[in-house]
Amino acid sequence: MWIRIYAIFIKELKQLSRDRMTFGMIIMIPLVQLMLFGYAINTDARHIHVGLVDLSQTSESRAVEQALVATQSVDFIARYRSIKEAEVAITKGEIRAVLYLPADMTRRLFNHPLYDHKQTDSPLTLPIGQWIVDGSDTVIASTIRALRNMPLDEVANHTATRTAPSFEVVQYFNPEQRTVVNIVPGLVAVILTMTMILFTSSAIVRESEHGNMEFLITTPVRSIELMIGKIAPYVLVGLLQVAIILCVGHWMFSVPIKGSILSLLGSSILFIFASLTLGLVLSTIAKTQLQSMQMTIFILLPSILLSGFMFPYDAMPVAAQWIAEALPVTHFMRMIRAIALRDASLLLLGKDALWLGLFTIGGIIIASLRFKKTLG
Amino acid sequence: MTSYASEQVEYAIEAKGLSKHFGNNIAVNKLDLKIPKGSIYGFLGPNGCGKSTSIRLLTGLLEASEGDVTILGKPLLGHEEALKKRIGYMTQKFSLYDDLTVQENLNFVGAIYGFAGKRKKARLEELLALYDLEKQAKQFAGSMSGGQKQRLALACATLHSPELLFLDEPTSAVDPENRREFWERLFDLCAAGTTILVSTHYMDEAERCHALAIMEEGNKRADGSPQALMDAMPATVVEVSGNKLRRLKQTLTQHPEILSAAQIGAHLRVLVKKKVQDPLSLISTLSDGRETVLARPSLEDVFVTCTGDRYVD
Repeated sequence: MWIRIYAIFIKELKQLSRDRMTFGMIIMIPLVQLMLFGYAINTDARHIHVGLVDLSQTSESRAVEQALVATQSVDFIARYRSIKEAEVAITKGEIRAVLYLPADMTRRLFNHPLYDHKQTDSPLTLPIGQWIVDGSDTVIASTIRALRNMPLDEVANHTATRTAPSFEVVQYFNPEQRTVVNIVPGLVAVILTMTMILFTSSAIVRESEHGNMEFLITTPVRSIELMIGKIAPYVLVGLLQVAIILCVGHWMFSVPIKGSILSLLGSSILFIFASLTLGLVLSTIAKTQLQSMQMTIFILLPSILLSGFMFPYDAMPVAAQWIAEALPVTHFMRMIRAIALRDASLLLLGKDALWLGLFTIGGIIIASLRFKKTLG
Repeated sequence: MTSYASEQVEYAIEAKGLSKHFGNNIAVNKLDLKIPKGSIYGFLGPNGCGKSTSIRLLTGLLEASEGDVTILGKPLLGHEEALKKRIGYMTQKFSLYDDLTVQENLNFVGAIYGFAGKRKKARLEELLALYDLEKQAKQFAGSMSGGQKQRLALACATLHSPELLFLDEPTSAVDPENRREFWERLFDLCAAGTTILVSTHYMDEAERCHALAIMEEGNKRADGSPQALMDAMPATVVEVSGNKLRRLKQTLTQHPEILSAAQIGAHLRVLVKKKVQDPLSLISTLSDGRETVLARPSLEDVFVTCTGDRYVD
């Protein structure tokens, strides 16, 4: 039995090393994706293009504008004479939001309870201006919303009276709030999902498509031997990719790797096995490599969107959470982030590890049952 | 040969009422076969006649819809895996790895069949020499010629010295020279005791078999040795020579006693029903006194008389 598995393993490695395109992709996919996501994905929006309708035209209104620019959240790229004009500009997509400062802005500022000690709860209390936002993009809307309570002490030449916050917030693990810290470990999970499922789902299908399977099934090879021999090389490929992403992430983007190598290795191997068996199950369903590709994408999209890679898991509706729980990538996403960023040990994440293990065993059973050594 | 290949088994393959349906389509219809050990048996028929399907059924690659198969004295059903060690199969399409070298392909197949160490090395060297592949050992299988690929495929299919060898249209991609050589190798294997089942659509190949079955649309139309088939042919062959043979062919094929007429060079080969007492004079009259002679029947004539519309009586 081991002779045959070893023979298939060696054969697969040789073929893999001769397929330059595939071999290149194994290295290039993680590198390119890491560059793209590392630089491009940023959930704290900066330099949003906005417009200004300034009907007050005072030194205070200009001071408000400058205070806003200083936050770097917005860039005033245009001025409009009326709110109508500004609305058209938002519709056209030239600007994402507009700040409306009314003619009596200065009076509103000095009557504002925050800056006027005498006039607390005065009937004249009014906001000093209004933001009109293209609310369809929630990230932009929430960035502008965060400006609502922006302190204007310097503009009003007064220290605000009530500034004591209700809560103090301490940010552990990522004090600078850099998105890339969360993205890089997550990227390990997404890229492994993609490559592991894709390679295995096409591995068996390729044998049938090239006609090799017809010969193989008349030999004494057992289906379980064929499967183990075919997926074993990809365990190495997966570990190589984990190493590439974490190392480059660490050196280029200063992503901290706090957990132990052993926990990282253990969780990665568990996840690689789970993904490989998922790919095997797909390969027993697909008839052509194109079909296996389509099925991989079918799994890949929810893996990216529901696993917690892009959006927080807790914010999803219960039904979506169930789907996410079924996907191995969700569990690995939790584990790799916990291990890499929060120095959790594998034992602390027993539940997720257990699920990946069970998923692998179940997958192998289903794949062996489905893979019959007959044609048609 | 393995020790329990008992002498009392006369037949390498016995099939009774073997059928395969794909939905409403009947690919193989109630096939009966008895193939004696140590012989070369041929399946002759056009593409799509059920040759490949029959071979796949007999190797256990496909599950039969109906019928019983006994291979090397054991019922196929339930013994598929055990029998796989005793049979070899060469597929119609080249089924080895194009991106591995000849040596690597043989190595892989050797390991699959449980060869290891010195035994594997010795067997591989033996096969490389036997199939004239020593120079190509380091060459990628994908870059070889049709004849070389075919030799490699045969080497792989016979690596474990099977008692029964299935060949599915083995020579469809090689030139006549390589075909001759290939058949020499088959007779060598046969002489060593291997039973061979080969499918083909070439008449000359079929003629080399000890016995053959003529297949059409999933049915076995006739079987026996080539000579027996020719002797039992329900028609007499008459060759007509002369000019304007194309027009003559038109008139002759209309006649109820004539099964077929085909032009071969300057002759017209006419198949007349056997019940006609004097075929020569009949054809003579019909062809306005052109020269007519009786000819020896060929396997092609057998094939023509037992397939198509002619196959009624």
